Amino acid sequence: MNNHALITTDNLIKKFPVGKGWFTALNKINLTINEGEFCGLVGPSGSGKTTLLNIIGSLDIPTEGDAHVLGQSISGLTIKKAAALRNHHLGFIFQTYNLLPVYTVYENVELPLLLLKMSANERKKAVLQSLEWVGLLDKIKSRPAQLSGGECQRVSIARAMVKQPKLVLADEPTANLDAKNSHNILKTMEKLNSELKTTFLFATHDEKVIQYLQRKISLDDGRVVSDESTSSH
Amino acid sequence: MIRFIINGLLRDHHRSLFPIIIVSIGVWITVFMQAYLTGVLGDMVDTTARFSTGHVKIMSRAFAENKDQIPNDLALMGVEQIMADMQSEYPEMTWVKRISFGGLLDIPNSEGETRSQAPVMGLGIDLLSPGSTEIHTMNVAKSVVRGRMPEKPGEILISDLLAEKLDVNLGDAATLLSSTMYGSMTMHNFTVVGTIKFGIMAMDRGAIIVDVNDVQLALNMEDAAGGILGYLPNRIYDDNTAKEIVERFNLQYDDVDDEFAPVMGKLVELSSLGDYLNYAGSVTGIMVLIFVVIMSIVLWNAGLLGGLRRYGEVGIRLAIGEPKGHIYRSLIYESVFIGLVGSVIGTGLGLGCAYWLQVKGLDISAFMKSSNMMMPNIFRAAITEETYYIGFYPGLFSTVLGTMLSGVGIYKRQTAQLFKELEV
Ligand SMILES: Nc1ncnc2c1ncn2[C@@H]1O[C@H](COP(=O)(O)OP(=O)(O)O)[C@@H](O)[C@H]1O
Ligand SMILES: [Mg+2]
Repeated sequence: MNNHALITTDNLIKKFPVGKGWFTALNKINLTINEGEFCGLVGPSGSGKTTLLNIIGSLDIPTEGDAHVLGQSISGLTIKKAAALRNHHLGFIFQTYNLLPVYTVYENVELPLLLLKMSANERKKAVLQSLEWVGLLDKIKSRPAQLSGGECQRVSIARAMVKQPKLVLADEPTANLDAKNSHNILKTMEKLNSELKTTFLFATHDEKVIQYLQRKISLDDGRVVSDESTSSH
Repeated sequence: MIRFIINGLLRDHHRSLFPIIIVSIGVWITVFMQAYLTGVLGDMVDTTARFSTGHVKIMSRAFAENKDQIPNDLALMGVEQIMADMQSEYPEMTWVKRISFGGLLDIPNSEGETRSQAPVMGLGIDLLSPGSTEIHTMNVAKSVVRGRMPEKPGEILISDLLAEKLDVNLGDAATLLSSTMYGSMTMHNFTVVGTIKFGIMAMDRGAIIVDVNDVQLALNMEDAAGGILGYLPNRIYDDNTAKEIVERFNLQYDDVDDEFAPVMGKLVELSSLGDYLNYAGSVTGIMVLIFVVIMSIVLWNAGLLGGLRRYGEVGIRLAIGEPKGHIYRSLIYESVFIGLVGSVIGTGLGLGCAYWLQVKGLDISAFMKSSNMMMPNIFRAAITEETYYIGFYPGLFSTVLGTMLSGVGIYKRQTAQLFKELEV
């Protein structure tokens, strides 16, 4: 049954040292997320969404238990292997876009490809393709400062998508956007999910995002309190 | 990736401009100081060689031991023979005899009474024999301020300052009171035919220039001299060659037990210049080191500030799977680029200033009033091969070191920790 499982966690625990003791941010998380899902971690602020997303994204490691992403054990990864996993298979989208201000839209999207052994031509094709998906072909020469927030977030989606990763992790991607732009980028991601079968995992407490999710995994106090799939609309 | 780095540098002036300015300034000063020190020391060596020690110098052992007192009673004997021997053994070199002497110069009035009087430092050099190189060596002809060069025995030049002090006119008689080689008082009459200014305070204060044969005559020093000076071919001092010649010469007299036996020494031993030359070598080294340290610290801090500004960039590069080491290395490539650009600019500026000082010179005679050093009154820089590359040491070391220090945070911290810091 694990054939299509992209992410599994078993009894995943994450504790942070606080003062003399420990704060348990994630408490025995058991989840399976399959390829092609469009799902989200939802819950109030401080419930552990980002912590879980970072572990799945191999930016952090579990304290106990483990997570497997694309068949690789996160707690067993060396720093190098973790970087390689991110480089080849994962895309990240952040609340604050994290675009590099001195580079153009085109260069920002190209950045992840510079680490891969790709010819300039292949890179160009991939970058233009990715920018077409998010509808920004007319802005390739602009700098981030010349773009609206919605456009910036679309650039960062293009950057996450440019190497056509298996999994995109999006942490509060709409937090800085107005309603119209939020819907806009969600629709874009929904389309990419259905056309390219890219798996999306969100961390959000934004109703506008939640209404698009096909599966809502609710966290509270570091535990999964509900896990419901909705038939897509 | 290289293009990515270069674009970043070109577009983000905070990243490139400040460090390049710092590096340029440091390199500029280093390059200029190197040229300046080389020039000044080169001039000092040259002046000392010309006026005082030659490249090598033969004296009697006893004279050499007390050479600061110019003890002409211990002068070297058999000078003509030694000179002839040396000339045939080293035909490429130039060998000349010189006599320094002290005395009192007395200017009589028309009745033969003393009009004015002053202690003088005399220098006897070959002024009159045809083909003498001494006039050129000491730049005598060009240093004449008033009057002319001596043309026959008995004619002398005196320093322009001294002439003024003694109120001497061209053609006036002057009597030298001194002691002979054997210790008795002697008086000798000369005619002042010119005044002279060498541009070396130690000489210009009170020197008289006399033909060396006249001095031999006046001081009863037949076939004797204070020293025989040897100049290497092309008049360029080379310590190793000088050393060889000295060793070879002194070997001949190794087991002669005679305080009047000749002994040879080389320029750096005979003057205090040996110390200066060593000192200059280490000064340049120390200077480069100091600039490396200072600029590294400045660039380290600049790098830390720059790093704060670039947290977002580091975060996203980590997130897209760039290994930490790769990011660290790319920061170092950036610094190499900055170091190179800064070094090129700084070297250009330094060379420009050095060139200016090489051509124009800096007149320091005001500070040399009481100096006894054989040092020209005008400092000039000298651009050497080293001037072109020395600045690259501090330029590159400091940028790379500064970046390594400021970037170490990326290495030390855990990815997760870094990432958390980046998030906010
Ligand atoms: N590095 C850390 N050290 C200590 N506590 C942390 C650290 N990171 C997160 N936490 C705590 O873990 C809890 C979950 O954080 P987080 O996953 O960021 O929540 P969410 O993204 O759901 O808002 C919070 O209470 C937070 O204070
Ligand atoms: Mg969060």
